[in-house]
This record gives sequence, structure tokens and C-alpha cells, in this order.
Amino acid sequence: MILNVSVKHWVKISWLFGAAMMLSATATANEWSGYMAGEYRYFQHESPFADPGQYDPSFVLSPEYYHEWDEGQQSLIIAPFLRIDQQDAERTHVDLRELQWLYVEDDWELRLGLGKVFWGVTESQHLVDVINQTDLVENSDTEDKLGQPMINLSFFQDWGTVDLFVMPYFRERTFAGKDGRLRSSLVVDTDKASYESGAGRQHLDVALRWSQTFGDWDVGLSHFYGTNREPLLQLNATFDALIPYYEIMHQTGLDIQQTTESWLWKLEVIRRETTSDTFTALTGGVEYTFYGVFESNMDVGLIAEYLFDDRNDELATPFEDDVLIGTRLAWNDEQSTELLVGMIQDVESSDVSWNIEASRRIGDRWKLSAEARLFSVRNNDTALYSFRDDDYFQLELARYF
Amino acid sequence: MRNYIFLLAFIAVMPFAQAETAEEKGLAIAVESDNRDKGWSDSSAEMKMVLRNRHGKESTRKIRVTNLEMDGDGDKGLTVFDTPRDVKGTAFLSYSHSLVPDEQWIFLPALKRVKRISSSNKSGPFMGSEFAYEDISSFEVPKYSYKYLRDETIGGIECFVSELRPQYKHSGYTKTHVWIDKAEYRVQKIDFYDRKDSLLKIQRFTDYKLYLDQYWRAHTQTMENQQNGKSTTLYWDNFQFKTGLTEKDFEKNDLKRQR
Repeated sequence: MILNVSVKHWVKISWLFGAAMMLSATATANEWSGYMAGEYRYFQHESPFADPGQYDPSFVLSPEYYHEWDEGQQSLIIAPFLRIDQQDAERTHVDLRELQWLYVEDDWELRLGLGKVFWGVTESQHLVDVINQTDLVENSDTEDKLGQPMINLSFFQDWGTVDLFVMPYFRERTFAGKDGRLRSSLVVDTDKASYESGAGRQHLDVALRWSQTFGDWDVGLSHFYGTNREPLLQLNATFDALIPYYEIMHQTGLDIQQTTESWLWKLEVIRRETTSDTFTALTGGVEYTFYGVFESNMDVGLIAEYLFDDRNDELATPFEDDVLIGTRLAWNDEQSTELLVGMIQDVESSDVSWNIEASRRIGDRWKLSAEARLFSVRNNDTALYSFRDDDYFQLELARYF
Repeated sequence: MRNYIFLLAFIAVMPFAQAETAEEKGLAIAVESDNRDKGWSDSSAEMKMVLRNRHGKESTRKIRVTNLEMDGDGDKGLTVFDTPRDVKGTAFLSYSHSLVPDEQWIFLPALKRVKRISSSNKSGPFMGSEFAYEDISSFEVPKYSYKYLRDETIGGIECFVSELRPQYKHSGYTKTHVWIDKAEYRVQKIDFYDRKDSLLKIQRFTDYKLYLDQYWRAHTQTMENQQNGKSTTLYWDNFQFKTGLTEKDFEKNDLKRQR
């Protein structure tokens, strides 16, 4: 709750700050952009749990303010985020995705504030990407992230780029509430989260990353020390809820992509050490694109990845021995029509989850997106089992400004 | 590079050559045109792209382009998209090369993800327009073989007409016919022939303006597709040269802070 209040507080400050900037700035770049959207989710089956319904409309507002001065040497970005969800009070939330000051020099850059960082190359999951917390209520695909308070120094050298991160405050993962779909059988009580470190959320997390391009090869090597973004979910004393427990972890990650002609070869490997466990996980695969198929403008990409985790524990991760097969279609038309279809199958149990995403621009400022997630899960020893009846179809209409 | 120096030496003695073949003349025109556009170091410009379908319905895209001239190699380029708004902030970095594949990265602002992408997609449409990626990439002499065809006056401008055949992989064209004016060696018109060798597109260059007393830039470029009736016009504006950009401004790290 404290976090919630502080976020609201931040939002208020940033709006005031933004307004002040707009009034004061004259000769410098200064702009608003962003989108708002209506989303409608339809769940094909009734929830196995009593409360959640089958229809879920929601609304999103995602503005972004950008201001730069000193001929672009300094800039400020403010990106609040709001979702109002009719069903799930936990999915109704605000966040500051970004509130970051950037200072640029020739050989280095400094970023201060809340920000978002992406590391990695693969499509099915993002093992090495550990800086930001997952905003799980937004989407079960874990692609949405919460703003992370950080000091980020980047150095650019001939032998590569070095990024240094100091993160003074931890953001807790969001989880669906009792009225939400895509929840676990016992609801996660996020207000009772506990920490291995006595410093709790104030544990000082640090990370270091080196990245470099060698011809066709793009390589990144990273190490993170701090609070594990993925909590262990433990039963509470009355056995009626799950409590997130955040351990301290060391994680070393390696990501490599080789790009030759139409082939992209990708590999991500991590080694994670926590008090409760030490393990190695990897995602590796290939993406091949046929450009302009059948004399048309259309591109057809084929994606295949293998997902491995040596804990071999379906409850820790469903992707311990799985294969992704997917295709990405791009029509390359005026409306940028795209379709992505992916299927992840467990090698042993044959459990399957499908992900389908399509989008098309309408006019210059509207975009229609459709999404479907289908779960075919029989194995009740997997983390995906609680989603077995959460097959859904979603339409989103967004207006960009 | 060595080939190139060799070519230059060869062209220098050209006036004394006895009988110049059509291939030699075609090459000489291309080299002269390329030489006249050397030394601009770096440039930036804004571009509005208007797409028209067969029924005359229009849609618009706005992008900003910066380029860095590279000695003995293809240029480096950084493109940032302003509209359509759903792709605002998307940035595209390209290291072009003559005959080996270009290196390309794209930044997706929603995910904050920098992605290395395949550069095999030469013939695909750029942002749904009638311009293919290969039409907007930097011109390098070794990318084509040349053959001078004839002299021709178009729109009152005396031109050389040459036939160019792409020597790089994955081109969508068997050949192009290029009109270059005799006075300033500027490209005036290009006919593109598809893989079946039939006329696909016609590109016209107009509103040329001179910068720094040396560099001509066409402020309007229209591409008309002869097969589907669509057309795209590029309106260029705000050209700037020698602004002091260096290779450091064209690295994948720079993608993340483009606006």
C-alpha cells in the first residue's frame, strides 16, 4: 500500500513538473505523446474459482512527456501509466514507467530516476532481462514492466559498452487479485510480501553489463546482485493465501545473436544463485525470414526456440524442457498489418500454450490489436495448471496522440 | 578500395582513351556523379512521405534522417520516425556496404528493445510505401554494373541515360535505367524493372537545391508504381551539412535516446 501511495504521489509531482516545464520552455524541444486504449477480454470458460467473470473491459492511459535542453545534452522523460479494470481491483493500477533525467557526454551517459531497460535476444522468454520488475497483471506474457528507480552510468569504449546500475529501491511484482483471471488457485497477498534481506525493499541492488558487436555477432555479458524479481510464493499461516518471498540473488547472464543473411541465431544463458536454489537455464534458437513471399510484399518469419531449466521443476518454471514454434507475418502494407502466432510445447507432458497477436493501424492515429492465449494443460504439477481454463480473446482499440 | 583507386586512375586517363565502350562510359558517368557528391562529411534532413493509393487517398509519414559519409565504405545512417504516432520514436540504424550485407539495428520504444535485424530485405517496401529499402539506401559505385545507352533530353534537361544492373544480392530489380543531367551530374529519373524485366516503377527527382556550393539535393522525389497505380512522394526539408557528427553518433547505443 505504501508503494501505491508513493506512486500516486509521484504521478502528481510529475504532472505538475511537466506542466511547469511546458510553461517555462521556449527554445527547447518539448512534447507530449502517448496513447489511450479500450481493451476487452473475453474468457472462453468459467473460472475454476468462484469470483472472476468471463468478460473484462478495461481502459488504459499511457502519456509521455519529453523535454530536452542544452542542445540535447540533457533531457527529461515522464511516462505515467494508468489502467482501470472493471473486474480486478489489482489490475486497476498506476505506475510511473519512466521519470528519468538523461545527461549525455561523448563517451558516457548518465540516467537518473525511474527507467526501463531491456537485455536479451530471444522471443519465447527473456531470461537475462532482470533489471525491471514484471507488471504481471498487465499481461501474463511477462513483457510489461514496472519503472525501476536507478542510477545508470554507460561508458562507450572501442572494446564495448559498459553499463553500471545502482538500484536503491525494489518494485514488487503485481499479481491478479481474487476477482481477476489468470490467477493462482490461492490468491497472492501482495501486501504481506517479505524479504530475505533485512533492508527489505531498500536493499541496494547493483548490476553490470558489457555489450559489443563483432561483425555479425552481437554479444552481451551481465551480472546482477540484488533482490530476485521473481518471488517464491509461500503459503500463509492460515493456508488461504500465497505470500511473495523475495530472496537475494546473484545472476550471471550471457546473450548472443548471430545475424547472417536471413538467419538470426539466438542464445541466452543464465546462472542464478539464491539461498534456496542454484540453477542454469537457457533459451536458444533461430529465426528465419522469407522476404517478399510469392511475389508479394509480405514477409514470413519462422521462429524455433528451445527452453531449458536444470531445476527440472515445473512449479518453479513451466519452461524447463520446452519448444517454441512460431511464425511472424508482416504484410508491409500502409496499415502495417502484422500477425504473430506462437506455440510453446512441453517436451515431456505435451502441455501446450498458444499465443496469437495481430495488429493493424487504422488511419494515422488509431490501432486495432487482437490477442489470444490458449492453454491446453493436463499436468497438474505445473505452474501453468491454474491457467488451464483461462483461454482468452482480447481486442484493443488505441488512439495515439 | 584498391579497385576503386584503380578505377579513379583509369578514369583520369579517360580523355586520351581511343574508343570508349558503353560500359566504360556508363561507369565514368557514375563515378563522376559520385565524385561530385563527396566531402559532405555528415548531413541531416527532415522528410515527409505521402503515400497515395490508386483512388488518390493519402496518408503521411514523417521521419528524420542523419547520415555520415564513410571513406571507402557505404554511409552510416540513422532514421527516426515521428509519425504515424504508433511508431513514434522507432529508430533505425544502418551501416551500408557495397557488396557485403549491410548491418542494421532497430529500436522498439515500447519494449526499449534494440534488435539486430537481417539486411536481406532489400526489395521490401519501406513503411508501406512504393520505395523499397534498396531505393533509399546510399549509392555506392561498386553496387552496380553500368552501360551507357544514349543521350536524351527530358523536361528540357540534357541527360545521359545508362543501364544499371545490381551486383548485390536480394535486389528486386533486374536493371534500372538512370537519367543523369550533363550539366551537374544529378539523377533526374530512374526506371525500375522488376525480376520479370517489366517496367515496375518510375522515380522522378525535382526541386534541386545547391548546398555549400557543391551538393545538390532533390527536395521532391516521386515514385510511381506502373503496375498497381500507387505512388509515394518524398518531400525533403531542412538539409544541414557538416554539423560535426562522428561515428560515435551512429552506434547502437545511440538508438535508445533518439526522439
